[in-house]
Amino acid sequence: MSAPYAKLPAWADYGLIPLINLFVAFLVAGLVVLLVGENPLRAAVILVEGAVGRGQAIAYTLYYATSFIFTGLAVAVAFHCSLFNIGGEGQAYVGGLGVALVCLTFDSLLPWWLTFPLAILGAAAFGAAWAFIPAYFQARRGSHIVITTIMFNFIAASLMVYLLVNVLKPAGSQAPQTRTFLEGGQLPKLNWMLEAMGLTVRSAPFNISFLLALLAAFLVWVLIWRTRLGYEIRMRGHSPRAARYAGVNEVRIIIVTMLISGALAGMMALNPVMGDQNRLQIDFVTGAGFVGIAVALMGRSHPAGIVPAAILFGMLYQGGAELAFEMPGISRDMIVIIQGLVILFAGALEHMFRPTLQSVFASFSPRSVGIEASRGERA
Amino acid sequence: MAEAAIELKGISKSFGAVRANRDIDLKIARGTIHGIIGENGAGKSTLMSILYGFYQADRGEIFVNGERAAILSSSDAIARGIGMVHQHFMLVHNFTVLENIILGAEGEPLLKTSVAKARAELERLERDYGLEVDPDAVIEDLPVGLQQRVEILKALFRGAEILILDEPTGVLTPSEADHLFRILRQLKDEGKTIVLITHKLREIMAVTDNVSVMRQGALVATRRTEETTVEELAELMVGRRVLLRVEKGPARPGDFMLSVRNLTVEDSRGVKMVDDVSFDVRAGEIVGIAGVAGNGQSELLEAITGIRRAVSGSVTLDGEPVELTGRADPADLRRRGMAHVPEDRHNMGLVLPFEENENAILGYHWQERYLKGPFLDIEAIRRDAQDKIEKYDIRPPDTRLKTANFSGGNQQKIVLAREMEQDPKVLIVGQPTRGVDVGAIEFIHKRLIDMRDQGKAVLLVSVELDEIRSLSDRILVMFAGRIVGERSPEATEGELGLLMAGVEEEKEAAQ
Amino acid sequence: MELLNTFIQLLDSTVRLSVPLLFAALAGLYSERSGVFDIGLEGKMLAGAFAAGAAAAVAGSAWAGLAAAVTVSIFLALVHGFASITHRGNQIVSGVAINFIAAGSTIILGQAWFRQGGRTPLVGAEDRFGAVELPFADALSGVPILGPLYSDLLSGHSLLAYVAFLLVPFTWWVLFRTRFGLRLRAVGENPAAVDTAGISVAWLRYRAVICTGVLTGFGGTYLALAQNAGFVKDMTAGRGFIALAALIFAKWRPVPVMFACLLFGFLDAFSIRIQGTPLPLVGQVPVQFMQALPYILTVVLLAGFIGRAVPPRAGGVPYVKER
Repeated sequence: MSAPYAKLPAWADYGLIPLINLFVAFLVAGLVVLLVGENPLRAAVILVEGAVGRGQAIAYTLYYATSFIFTGLAVAVAFHCSLFNIGGEGQAYVGGLGVALVCLTFDSLLPWWLTFPLAILGAAAFGAAWAFIPAYFQARRGSHIVITTIMFNFIAASLMVYLLVNVLKPAGSQAPQTRTFLEGGQLPKLNWMLEAMGLTVRSAPFNISFLLALLAAFLVWVLIWRTRLGYEIRMRGHSPRAARYAGVNEVRIIIVTMLISGALAGMMALNPVMGDQNRLQIDFVTGAGFVGIAVALMGRSHPAGIVPAAILFGMLYQGGAELAFEMPGISRDMIVIIQGLVILFAGALEHMFRPTLQSVFASFSPRSVGIEASRGERA
Repeated sequence: MAEAAIELKGISKSFGAVRANRDIDLKIARGTIHGIIGENGAGKSTLMSILYGFYQADRGEIFVNGERAAILSSSDAIARGIGMVHQHFMLVHNFTVLENIILGAEGEPLLKTSVAKARAELERLERDYGLEVDPDAVIEDLPVGLQQRVEILKALFRGAEILILDEPTGVLTPSEADHLFRILRQLKDEGKTIVLITHKLREIMAVTDNVSVMRQGALVATRRTEETTVEELAELMVGRRVLLRVEKGPARPGDFMLSVRNLTVEDSRGVKMVDDVSFDVRAGEIVGIAGVAGNGQSELLEAITGIRRAVSGSVTLDGEPVELTGRADPADLRRRGMAHVPEDRHNMGLVLPFEENENAILGYHWQERYLKGPFLDIEAIRRDAQDKIEKYDIRPPDTRLKTANFSGGNQQKIVLAREMEQDPKVLIVGQPTRGVDVGAIEFIHKRLIDMRDQGKAVLLVSVELDEIRSLSDRILVMFAGRIVGERSPEATEGELGLLMAGVEEEKEAAQ
Repeated sequence: MELLNTFIQLLDSTVRLSVPLLFAALAGLYSERSGVFDIGLEGKMLAGAFAAGAAAAVAGSAWAGLAAAVTVSIFLALVHGFASITHRGNQIVSGVAINFIAAGSTIILGQAWFRQGGRTPLVGAEDRFGAVELPFADALSGVPILGPLYSDLLSGHSLLAYVAFLLVPFTWWVLFRTRFGLRLRAVGENPAAVDTAGISVAWLRYRAVICTGVLTGFGGTYLALAQNAGFVKDMTAGRGFIALAALIFAKWRPVPVMFACLLFGFLDAFSIRIQGTPLPLVGQVPVQFMQALPYILTVVLLAGFIGRAVPPRAGGVPYVKER
C-alpha cells in the first residue's frame, strides 16, 4: 500500500529533480547546437549574457516572463483539476480581442489606470469564453479536452485573421491590425524600477502587467490551497469518484476551472497588446500559450515554481534573440526545441532519475527514504 | 507421498519498506491440494505471484519437480507447467472465450490455424473436466462463474500441471464454490497439483490435503488438514485467540429512518442492476445486506446515497423524500443526516494524495466550521482532524501526512471518524473491513454496534457473510439485483447460502 | 459533363488530400490500439517530411528520402515509447513535447544545412514519388462516365497514395487475423492479461509505436516528395491532429478510419474549390471560415453528436503491475 516511490526529502523532490531534468534538457539542446555546427558553450554564454547582461536585457527578459507567468498559471490551474488545457495559445489570442475592444473604446475617454481594469476584465472574459466551449463539451459530452482545445487554437487563428482583415483594420490601411491605441490604452513601463537599482534601460516593453502577473500568481496559490473552490478542484483532479461522493458537481467544477484557466491565459494579452505594441496585430501571442505548458510542468503547477520557470523562459526568449543575432544558424526556433525538451524531461520523463536518486539517498541515510511509509504501515 | 512438485527455499520480497515475504520455505507435494491461508496482506498473493513469475523474489530459490527453476517471467512459469487463476481475472473483456484462451499460446503467426486447433483442444478439455463454456461467447457477457472457468481452461490449455488459484471463491455463491471444489478434486485425481490461496477457513477444511498458514509475510506453520482444526488455524493466522462473535446486546428499534420503495437502478448499458428493491431501516438497528459481490449491492448503495441515478422508485430519509434522479446530490443528503462509508475507500472515500486533515473533511468541507467565507479555515480543519485522530486512535497521529502513507486499517478509520462524528441519523456502510487488519476490524465492529446503540439507523453491506451474521439485527439477501429474502441473524449459513445463490427464490417461484 | 468533370476533380483532390491523413491515422491506430495514446503524430510526420525532403535533395533519390523519413519518425516514436512505456510518463505530455521538438528542430536544422529560410532545396520530379499511370488509363479515358472515373480519379496518383489505401485492408488483416494483432488489441484493453499470458507488455507496445513511426514516416514523405517538391517549414499544418480526430471518429477501426480521412480530405478539397465563389443560399463564405471548418467539424464530431467513441480501455494508462 506504499506510494509507487518511497519518499525523498522535499528539497530533493521539489528542487533537485527539476534541476536535473532541466540540466538534461539543456544538454540535449547543446547537442542540437553541435549539429548546427556551433559551439554550445559559447552559445550558452551568449544566451545568458544576452538575457541578463545589461539592464536593457533584463527588462526584456522580465517582459517575456510576464506573458509566461500568465500562461503557465493557466495551464497549472487546469492541471490541478486533471485537465490538460493546450488551448492557452488560442485563449490568449482571443483575450487580445477583449483588450483591444476595451482600448479602442475607451482610450480617448479614460486615463490608463481606468482603462486597465476594464481591459483586464475584457482579456479575462474573452479568454474564458474561448475556454468555455471545450470545457462544456468535456464536462457534458465527454469529448477529450486536449483535442478540442487544440482545435480551438486553429479556430482562434482563423477567427482573428478574419476579424483583423475584415472588421478591425482601419479603412485605407493595408496591414491586418487595429489602429494604435491612444495614451489611455497604453500601460506605463516599469523600466524605472530597474533604473532605480542602478541599471540602464534604453527602451524596453517591460510594463506594469508584470506586477499583475505576480499578483495573479499569489491569487492562484490562495485559490488552490486556501479556498473551498480550490479544494474541490484538487479533489476532482485527484479522484473524480471521490468528488462525486463528496457532492462536488463535476460539470460545474470542470467548467469553472477552465474558465479560470482561460481567463488567466487571456490576461496574457495585456502584456504585449496594451503594454508593448499598443495595437492588436496578427500572431501577437507567438507561442507564449505553449510555453505555458513547459512553465507549468517545470514549476510543478505551483506558483512558487511557475514564476522562476517563467523567468527562465523569459531569459531563453531574450537571450535567444541575442543568440540569433550572433549565431545566425540558431534562430528563435531553438527555443521551441528547448521548450519541447523541457516538457519531455520535466513532464513525461519526470520520474526517470528518481529511482537512481533514491538509491543514492538511501545509501547515505536509509532513514530519509521510506521510513515515513513504513511507519504508517505497521500501525 | 510423491516428490515435491514445488519447493520454495528462503523466498524474500520487499516493496519499498514493506516486507511482503520473509524467508519462506515451502514444499508442495505432487498430486495434492495445498491450501495457503492468511489474512489480507499476509503475503499469500505475493508469494504465488513470485512462483508464477509475475514478480521476482529479492532472494531465495524455486524448485519445480526437484529441478532448480529460474522463473523470470510468466512465460517461464507457463513453460514449467505452472498455471494461475488470479483473483482479478486476467481476461480481455471484449474478446471471445477462444481468443482469451489462445492469447499468448497461439503457436503460429496467423490466427486461422491456431484457432481451429484450439477449438478442438478446448472441446476435449471441456469434455474431460466438465468445464463447459461457449467458445465464441464474449467475456463481458458471461457471468463471473463462467469467466473463472475460462481462466482455468486457459491454464489447462497451456498444459498446466500445477494450478494456483488466488481467492477463487470471492465472487462465487456457496454452491458455485462447491462446484469449483468438485472440479479441483477431479483435477487432483488426474494427477495435477493444486495450490489454493484463501482467507476462508471453511474452504481449507473442505477441500485441501495440506495447509500452510501465513502471517505478516512469514510462513508460520504447515499442517496436514485432517490433523488440524479451524480453531488452531485461526489462531495461527492472527497470532492470538480471536473473537469469533461480536459482543452485542439486543436491538431496540425505533422510528423508521430510511425507507426504500421499489428502487430500480440500471447501468450504462440499460441492464437492471437493482430491480424493484424495497426495505426499511429503523433507528437503533443494523440491517445487513448479504450477497455475492456483483449482485447489485454497490449500485444500491450508490443510488441511496445520491452518487448514482436511479431509474425509478422512492427513498425517504427520516420521513422526507430523497431525490433519486438527475438532481440527486450527496452533499444535500449529508446535510439531512445521511453518512456514508463507501465500499471503495481508495477511489471514493478518500483522496489518497491529500493530507490526512484534508480527507477528514471530505464531503463536509462546506460546513461553516471549516470555512471563513470562501476560504478554508486551515487551523480549524487541522484541529478537528487532530481530535478525530485521538478519538479513533489513528496511527501515525499526523494530520499532515499524505493519506496514501497510512495502512488500510487506519485509512478506514479516517473515513469512519469523519462519517460517524457527524452524528448522522442514518449510517450507510459498505464493506467496512475489506483490506483491514484484525485489530482494526474489531475496533470497527465495536464502533458500528455503538452507533446502533446510540439509536442510529445502520445499513450494512458486506460480502463477508460472517460479518453480516455477527453484526446485523436483520439480514436481507440480495441476488441478481433483487432482495430475495429476509432472515434473522440466527439463520444458518447454509440457509443464507441458498438464498445468495438464488436457489430459494426459484423454489418459491415454482410453488 | 462539365459538372461531372468538376465533381471528379473534387474527388481527385479529396483523395490526394486524404492520403497524409490516412497514413497518420493508421499510424496512430497501431499505437493507440496497444494502449499508447499519441498526440505526437503531427511532430513525427513533420520530422519525417523534413528528413524526406533533406535526404532526397542530398542523395537525389526518392527512396533515400523515404528511408530517412521512416528512420527519423521511428526514432521519435521510440522517444515517445521510452517516456510512456519504459518510464510510464504522461503520454499526452510526451506527445506534446515531441511536437515541439520536431517543429523547432526541422526549422533550425533546415536553416543550418540549406539556408533557404527553413525550406529544403527543390527536388526534381525524377527524385519524387510522382504520378503512376494505371494500365489503359489513356485508352479508357474516352469511355463515358467510367472512363474519366478510372483515368482521372483512380489513375495518376503517387505510388505512396496507393500504398496508403492498400494499408487499410492490410491493417485490418494484421489486427484481426494475425497473432500480433490479437496481442496488440489485447494489450490495449488489458495489459495484465497479456503479461500473465507470458508476453512482454513493453516489447509489444514498443513494436506498436515502431509501426506508428514507420507510417508517420510514409505520411511525411508523401507531403514532401509527392504533394510538394521538398520540405516547407510547418508543412503538416495540423494534419496530425486532424488524423487523430479521424481516428477517434472512426472508433479506432481501420476501414472507418479510411472513410473519416476521406471526409476530412473532402472538406479540405471543397474549401479550396469554393474559395472566392459565392455559394447558393449562403453567399460569399470567408476563406478563414473554410479553413477552420475541418477543426470546427472535429469539435462537433468529438462532442458525440454522431455516436460515442470508446477508446481502448487501457489507453493512456501506463502499465504498472498491481499489488
